[in-house]
Amino acid sequence: MNDISLKDALKVVGTRPVRPDGVDKVVGRAQFGGDATMPGMIFGATVRSPHAHARIKKINTAKAEALKGVKAVITAADMPEIVSEEAFVGEGPMNFRDLSNNLMARDKVLYDGHVVAAVAASSMSIAKAAAELVEVEYEVLPHVIDEIEAMADGAPVLHDDVFTAGVDPKPTKPSNVAKRVEFAKGDLAAGFAAADKIIERTYKTAPVHQAYIEPHACIAAYNADGQCTVICSSQGQFMVRAYCAKLLGIDISDIRVVPAEIGGGFGGKTLVYLEPLALALSRKAGRPVRMVMDRVDVFRGTGPTSGGTVKVKLGAKKDGTITAADAEIILQAGAYPGSPMGPAAMCCWAMYDIPNARAVGVDVVSNRPKVAAYRAPGAPISTFGTESAVDEMARELGLDPIEMRLKNAAKNGTKALYGPTFQNIGYVETLEAAKAHPNLQAKLGPNQGRGVATGFWFNIGGESSASLAVNEDGTLVLVSGSPDIGGSRASMAMMAAEILGIEVEHIRPIVGDTASVGFTFLTGGSRVTFATGMAVCEATNEVVKQLRGRAAKIWEIDVEAVEWRDGSAYPAGDNAGKFEPLSLADIAAKAARTGGPITAKGAVNAQGAGPGFGTHVVDVEVDPETGHVKVLRYTAVQDVGRAIHPSYVEGQIQGGTVQGIGWALNEEYIYTKDGRLDNASFLDYRVPVASDLPAIDAVLVEVPNPRHPFGAKGVGEVPIVPPMAAVANAICAATGVRMTSLPMSPPKLKAAIDAAGK
Amino acid sequence: MAKTHVTCTINGEETEFLCDPNQTVLDVLRDDLGLTGSKEGCGSGDCGACSITVDGRLTCSCLMLGPEAEGKSIGTIEGVATGDHLHPVQSQFLKHAALQCGFCTPGLIVATKALLEKHPNPTDEEARYWLAGNLCRCTGYDKILAAVHAAAAEMRGESA
Repeated sequence: MNDISLKDALKVVGTRPVRPDGVDKVVGRAQFGGDATMPGMIFGATVRSPHAHARIKKINTAKAEALKGVKAVITAADMPEIVSEEAFVGEGPMNFRDLSNNLMARDKVLYDGHVVAAVAASSMSIAKAAAELVEVEYEVLPHVIDEIEAMADGAPVLHDDVFTAGVDPKPTKPSNVAKRVEFAKGDLAAGFAAADKIIERTYKTAPVHQAYIEPHACIAAYNADGQCTVICSSQGQFMVRAYCAKLLGIDISDIRVVPAEIGGGFGGKTLVYLEPLALALSRKAGRPVRMVMDRVDVFRGTGPTSGGTVKVKLGAKKDGTITAADAEIILQAGAYPGSPMGPAAMCCWAMYDIPNARAVGVDVVSNRPKVAAYRAPGAPISTFGTESAVDEMARELGLDPIEMRLKNAAKNGTKALYGPTFQNIGYVETLEAAKAHPNLQAKLGPNQGRGVATGFWFNIGGESSASLAVNEDGTLVLVSGSPDIGGSRASMAMMAAEILGIEVEHIRPIVGDTASVGFTFLTGGSRVTFATGMAVCEATNEVVKQLRGRAAKIWEIDVEAVEWRDGSAYPAGDNAGKFEPLSLADIAAKAARTGGPITAKGAVNAQGAGPGFGTHVVDVEVDPETGHVKVLRYTAVQDVGRAIHPSYVEGQIQGGTVQGIGWALNEEYIYTKDGRLDNASFLDYRVPVASDLPAIDAVLVEVPNPRHPFGAKGVGEVPIVPPMAAVANAICAATGVRMTSLPMSPPKLKAAIDAAGK
Repeated sequence: MAKTHVTCTINGEETEFLCDPNQTVLDVLRDDLGLTGSKEGCGSGDCGACSITVDGRLTCSCLMLGPEAEGKSIGTIEGVATGDHLHPVQSQFLKHAALQCGFCTPGLIVATKALLEKHPNPTDEEARYWLAGNLCRCTGYDKILAAVHAAAAEMRGESA
């Protein structure tokens, strides 16, 4: 067998075939969450709170139930009361009780848009009319939106059972501060004492929504025998199954979740909003129920990621050596505890080898929707602060921003602040590649500036399953448990094709439902190509072993004397040349006579995901009259380990970068004084459009991860980490104005430029 | 409320349907005619996922009422390919990996086809402004623009 770890020997990995699910998607035939139907289905709608914080005194559903065509109305009384218990089902911290209460408010509503009831009716228009007829009596309570205000004495307290965890002694009074975490090494005071220059800044970021274009959607059927089927778009069919089972008190084996195509997730579809409600409505109505959110509800009731406050103190010697670094990251969790302040703290200094460092994370609840994971959860927020500070330090010391980073760069053997010692990382390689890129030589005109920033994400492994079956004609079916958001079916088939030595078109990859493939953790954390890829490779290696065994049987020689290469079995050793090679099709045709079907499974709990690093360079032009920022050029360099399908790797980097540009320049949640979300539409919540952007040059650096058969590292999350600081640094270079608050929207930047008198 | 009877042409075929006066063309296509290729991303004309052509003009089907389709010729994503022969815009989207999740793709393909039928050789800026009404959250638009220019070249008869 060829040594597949050598890049030159690869025939399929590293090429750019058309994706196997592509045609369905360009002709409009792909079935997304809202496209599926079931016989006799009816339509569900939700009733949502208009208040940021209120006690539910009474819900009267009689008028809604009396409307012709209404089949069921549910409130929290129709859902089991769930006890507080940590859930490890989705991405990031979650508590089953909180998730249940988030789906359907029980005693209190905690944010504008919080669901209080749901209805199902024979048409969507009747369901919506019935939702209007549900009468909810509220006792409005004082609310708090901002995380710093929520921490103040006298702030309205959302939960009477939240006592700050992670502090000693344990507080005696409940507060909105749910948790504090700290990572530290060395001696901060000594490090700052040794510094020639200290920079201390406070940065603010706005909450931003994942803004997948497909709103949440599902169809659910609860049968008379208790068997349930859910078809939905999510980042994990097993995640949906686990949550539905737990929140409704149903056995896992009684629920089958079929993954629809998913119209974008970015972390925002790693938990449930509709599926348990649709099942509960179906149980009550005795009919399948389809629920599709509208965009306003997506903004009000799902996601976003945290906004927050990042306090940074950085000390360095004149030569740029960082002597001490400190960061405190205070993140909005939304209505229930569980912001990504942990990863925010762990990632923010990970690019550097700093002897004395600390990162503190603080988790704060307020009257906002519960935050959900969003691409490298937490890291972009903290890194906006730390990479802005590193840039300012380089500027103050008169150093090149890339040289400053090279001087302090984390390398193999560097012990990260959060614990592990880095191996096989490619941070320096990304800095060197950025340095050599033509972007750095491009001439800049008036009001133009260049910014550099870098970023880190762990990447994860975890549990994945796959199975591979040889068809009668020698083609294959590959089933994995990972929903495909960005082309992973292509990369799964490519890895299998590489091992089998066949053309990728001979393998049909599909995403299995929960009844047709083994447990697989959700698509998130940049884990699929790494972990599910390992399961696919394991299954494929086993199929190759079986194919050699069948050839050995046909030739009546020892299996050790059969070699597999280029899609065929060859006699080897003493037998070399004695028999004609047997192709996959030849062996498949004889399968019945040599032992029956040829199939194999791969099941892994993958460890050793290679951490990812990226270096971004951006050129901007600032219009001093309006404060508008135009992105002129963008180069995103990233260590990807090994690109299985380079086009989709580049696509991840380009897409993540552009989300970061939106976060930097435009996107934010705007609240009215009474705590209502004021910009819940794509018109008022401004995601980047094609005319806002230049080409995004994604540069792939490949420092292979030896723990993966082909060297792959996760790629999807790193690219959203550097852009906010990179754009802020470029704006500073163009205007001399240091922006410390996101988004750097025209009115804010204009005001800052005017205030600085520039 | 009585339903309205509407006769129009959809993807070249004469089609009749009954709809509520307040039902959108998008809902008619998706829920009554089984043409689910057009998607609803916002319902307010901001995302372009529901893009169709009406008498050749690019339109958000979520902003048009069913009865307004009377006598019109409507083109949807399902009518872009000819049988199993993909339109150059479709094949170049595939070749250039111009889609990730694929949810915005039908709207973008309908919009791109409308652009290239009107402007066979758009500049990058013209193409970006034409497509500014079609949101894509996955790709950052880079590969979409590459596909648009490749499709334009193919439609002009130039070898890619």
